[in-house]
Amino acid sequence: MKDIYRGSLVRLCDESPDLLAKSMMKWDRDTEQHRLSDSEPAQLWSEKKLKDFIEKRANNSPQSFRFWIRTLADEKLIGGVGLWVNSWTHEDAWLGISIGERDYWGKGYGTDTMHLAVQYAFVELNLRRVSLGLHAFNERALKSYQKVGFQLEGRMRGEGLKDGVRFDSLWMGILREDWLASRYAKEEK
Amino acid sequence: MLDIQTQLFEAQDIRFGPIDYETHPDIESKWTHDAEFLRLFDLKPARPLSPAMVKKQYEAVEKEMDEDKNLFYFTIRAREDDRLIGKALVEWIDWTNGNGFLRLGIGAAEDRRKGYGSQALSMLLRYAFGELNLYRVTAVVPAYNEGALRLFQKFGFVEEIRRREALNRDGQFWDLVSFGLLNSEWREQNNGRG
Repeated sequence: MKDIYRGSLVRLCDESPDLLAKSMMKWDRDTEQHRLSDSEPAQLWSEKKLKDFIEKRANNSPQSFRFWIRTLADEKLIGGVGLWVNSWTHEDAWLGISIGERDYWGKGYGTDTMHLAVQYAFVELNLRRVSLGLHAFNERALKSYQKVGFQLEGRMRGEGLKDGVRFDSLWMGILREDWLASRYAKEEK
Repeated sequence: MLDIQTQLFEAQDIRFGPIDYETHPDIESKWTHDAEFLRLFDLKPARPLSPAMVKKQYEAVEKEMDEDKNLFYFTIRAREDDRLIGKALVEWIDWTNGNGFLRLGIGAAEDRRKGYGSQALSMLLRYAFGELNLYRVTAVVPAYNEGALRLFQKFGFVEEIRRREALNRDGQFWDLVSFGLLNSEWREQNNGRG
C-alpha cells in the first residue's frame, strides 16, 4: 500500500501542542499570511491560549481531520492542512490549508500538500467530493488548486472587506471520479 | 428618510413572532413527521422529532442567539389567528464582512403556495438589510427545491455558485445552488426605501 502521508516535497504529521503554539505565534505575526488564507479578523493570542486551543481541538471530532506539514528535504514545519467533513450523508468535505512559513510560498509545497489532502479524502475517508473557498485576489492559491484538479463552481460577490476594499470569494470543488481520472492519480499507481 | 413607522414584523397575512414553548413543540413535531418538509428545509438526514426534542432545539436556538449573536430566528405566524406556520432566520452572520445566510420554510403542506413565503422573505430582507445592515445575504438551495429556486429568483437573487453533485438523495446526485443578493441591489429594487 502506498504511504498516504508522504508526497514528493512534504509529509503530513502531528506535532506536540508546545511546538505548534510556538510556530503559530510566529505565523500569526505575519498578517499577509493570515489575510491570504482566512476571512476572520487577524488577531494575536498568547502561547497559553494557543496551546489550550490546540489541545482542545486535538480531541478531533469525527468530522475533522487535521495535519501539520513538514518538508521532506529539511524537516521544516511549514504549516497546516485540514479536512472538515460537512456531511457524511452527502460525502462532502471542506478543505483548508495555510503555509505559515512565507519562505516556502510559490515553490510547490502547498500544491504537494493539496494532492495529499485530496487523496486522503478520496482513498481514506472515501468521500465523493471535496470543496473549498478562497479570496479571489489569492491568485497563487487559485493556480495551485486548479493544478490539483479543482474546478471553479462560482463566485460570491463582495463577500470580503479589507482595508475598505470589497472583494469576491471563489468556490471550487473536485469530484472523486474526476480525480481518479486525473493524470496525478495515474502517475501514482 | 428614516422610516420607523412601518413595522418590521408585520406583513399582509403573516407576522414574525418569537418561539412559544407551550404550543409550538407539538406543531413543529408534526412537521418533522413529514419527511418532504425536512428534505426541502434541511440538508441533514430527515428524522422525526418528539415535541420534547423540538423543545430542546428551541432552547439551543435561543442559547445560540444570546451567546453567539450571529443568529436571528423568527417564527412565522398567520395574522388571522396567530397560529405557527413556519420559520425564518438569518444565520452564520459574519459581522466583519457583513454577510449572512437566509433560510425559511412553511411547515404544513396546506399552507404552501399561498404567498406566505414571499411575505416572509420580504420581511426577512428588510430585517437583514435595514436592521442588521448586512452588505449581502446568501441563500443555499438544493436543486430539487423548485419552489425555493423560483422564490429567490423572483426576489432578484443572483445565482452565484453551483456546487456540482453536492447532494445525494434518493440515489440521485443534485447540485447545491447558492444565491446572493446585495444590500445595494435590494435598495434599488425598492426605490431606496426597502
